[in-house]
Amino acid sequence: MPAIEILGLEKTYLVGFWRKRPKCALSPLHLTVEDGEIFGFLGPNGAGKTTTLKLLMGLVFPTSGSARLLGRDWTDPEVKAQIGFLPEQPYFYDHLTAHELLNYYAQLSGVPAKDRSRRVESTLQRVGLRDIKGVQLRKFSKGMLQRAGIAQAILHDPKLVFFDEPMSGLDPMGRREVRDLMEQLKHEGKTVFFSTHILSDAEALCDRVAIIHKGELRGIGAVADLTSSVQSKVEMIWQGTHVPTSMKALGAECHVTGDTVRAIIDETQQDAAIDALRRERLRLIALTPVRTSLEAYFVEKLQRAETSAGKAL
Amino acid sequence: MNARIVHIASNTFREAVRDRVLYNLIAFAVLLSGAAILVGQISIEIEKLVVINLGLTAVSLFGIVIAIFIGIGLVSKEIEKRTLYTVLSRPVRRWEFIVGKFFGLAGTLVVNTFFMAIGVFAALFYVSHKFVRADALILVALYFIVLEFLIICSLALLFSSFSSPLLSAVFAFSLFVIGSFAEDLRGFAGMAHGFTRWLVTGAAYLVPNFSAFNVVSSIAHEQPVPWQLIWHNSLYALFYAAMALSGAVLIFEHRNLK
Repeated sequence: MPAIEILGLEKTYLVGFWRKRPKCALSPLHLTVEDGEIFGFLGPNGAGKTTTLKLLMGLVFPTSGSARLLGRDWTDPEVKAQIGFLPEQPYFYDHLTAHELLNYYAQLSGVPAKDRSRRVESTLQRVGLRDIKGVQLRKFSKGMLQRAGIAQAILHDPKLVFFDEPMSGLDPMGRREVRDLMEQLKHEGKTVFFSTHILSDAEALCDRVAIIHKGELRGIGAVADLTSSVQSKVEMIWQGTHVPTSMKALGAECHVTGDTVRAIIDETQQDAAIDALRRERLRLIALTPVRTSLEAYFVEKLQRAETSAGKAL
Repeated sequence: MNARIVHIASNTFREAVRDRVLYNLIAFAVLLSGAAILVGQISIEIEKLVVINLGLTAVSLFGIVIAIFIGIGLVSKEIEKRTLYTVLSRPVRRWEFIVGKFFGLAGTLVVNTFFMAIGVFAALFYVSHKFVRADALILVALYFIVLEFLIICSLALLFSSFSSPLLSAVFAFSLFVIGSFAEDLRGFAGMAHGFTRWLVTGAAYLVPNFSAFNVVSSIAHEQPVPWQLIWHNSLYALFYAAMALSGAVLIFEHRNLK
């Protein structure tokens, strides 16, 4: 049973003074996330990531479409007892301490009274807030608020966790801890769905990712599958400072450093480039495939989307 | 009562208390003790009348101001600060949130009124050096003031569910002022003719009739309050608050939390 099934969720807002001008925040979205996956939802700011999460949390209502979470209708309030949610840049009740905040959320999530205190303590420890449990949240830094936000999302031991930009506001150490936490959640058999625009985090963590841009899904799949679909490149290094003109004609990006030249070229042009070096009697030192990053895939997808939008105009 | 409503209400109460709302009690205490000392020196035979009038009016005004200024932010502030997101992503229904907020604010006002009532009785004892049986009537006036608070709370929540805090404050305060003259409005409706009569009558019955809750003057003169009025005001306040809360729930149930 998939943990998340998004069945054509769509959101259009009516904007303008008379609220008659439609503005599409999310085109019909179809997406399935399997049980136990870490799923990355990627896109630039304003792409529709937060809108999707808000739709799934029932914070905004869809123009059309539906979804199923953990096999049940997403509007069923009881399914929410099995779900954790960290909103983007979370903000909490100023005058509560982290301990009181978690206790309150545990009450609302239906955690039994006998387990509440233990659960709150262990969650605070897990996110590194145990030592400051007496401090009110208004005195928390951005990073500490983010940790409190993560704590409230996992406090009730949910099966499915949604994180909206979980690394936001965290220092490198904090980001590392959140990554570790997400991996722990996966090992505990939980499904993690997180939105981010930090691609290295997604690349390091995700089983699968989806890319969304301007409210439309642009690609979905395992990171390795997606990156392999991008035109691969190779790096060539040869001795000397001379760059053959035929090499430039093949589209190589060449940089001369000391007495070597480094060129990046499409994999398809590799043989022609080697022939060009031979003809000029230049000595090839290294030929290395350049691993395509998720970032390259991401940029290519967005550029393609921009180009097609430009042509349509 | 539903456990989630209780938790939301107690959290609302705790937030209000920690937000130094009850600090108004200090201003109230200063005002009342100053007034008691002053009237003790300048009034002859009417000290008690002045203290009851001043004390109960202050209880009412302090409470109304708190009800409006906390009530208008109860929903809109939670949306603006996004604290609501982490509440509604749990098994909490939207109506439970509104009702919990209402009870939290109402509870804050009841506690606040309780302490102010102690202040009123203390000032009364200071000027008259004893309590008489008729002083118990002050409790009826305080009860009516609490009923007023329930209506104001529900109206503040209603406006807060769809409007900005500033507009909500303007709406709620305007309704309080108009409602304080509801009897006059009804009298005016009786004198009007044709369409104006219908319009004014409709408006007169739509706005909360706060003038029926104002028994301060008659209690200061030790005039008893009829049981019918107590029943009528109780039912009216509960009905009006329930209607306003239902409106708030209805609007909030369909609101997109952008």
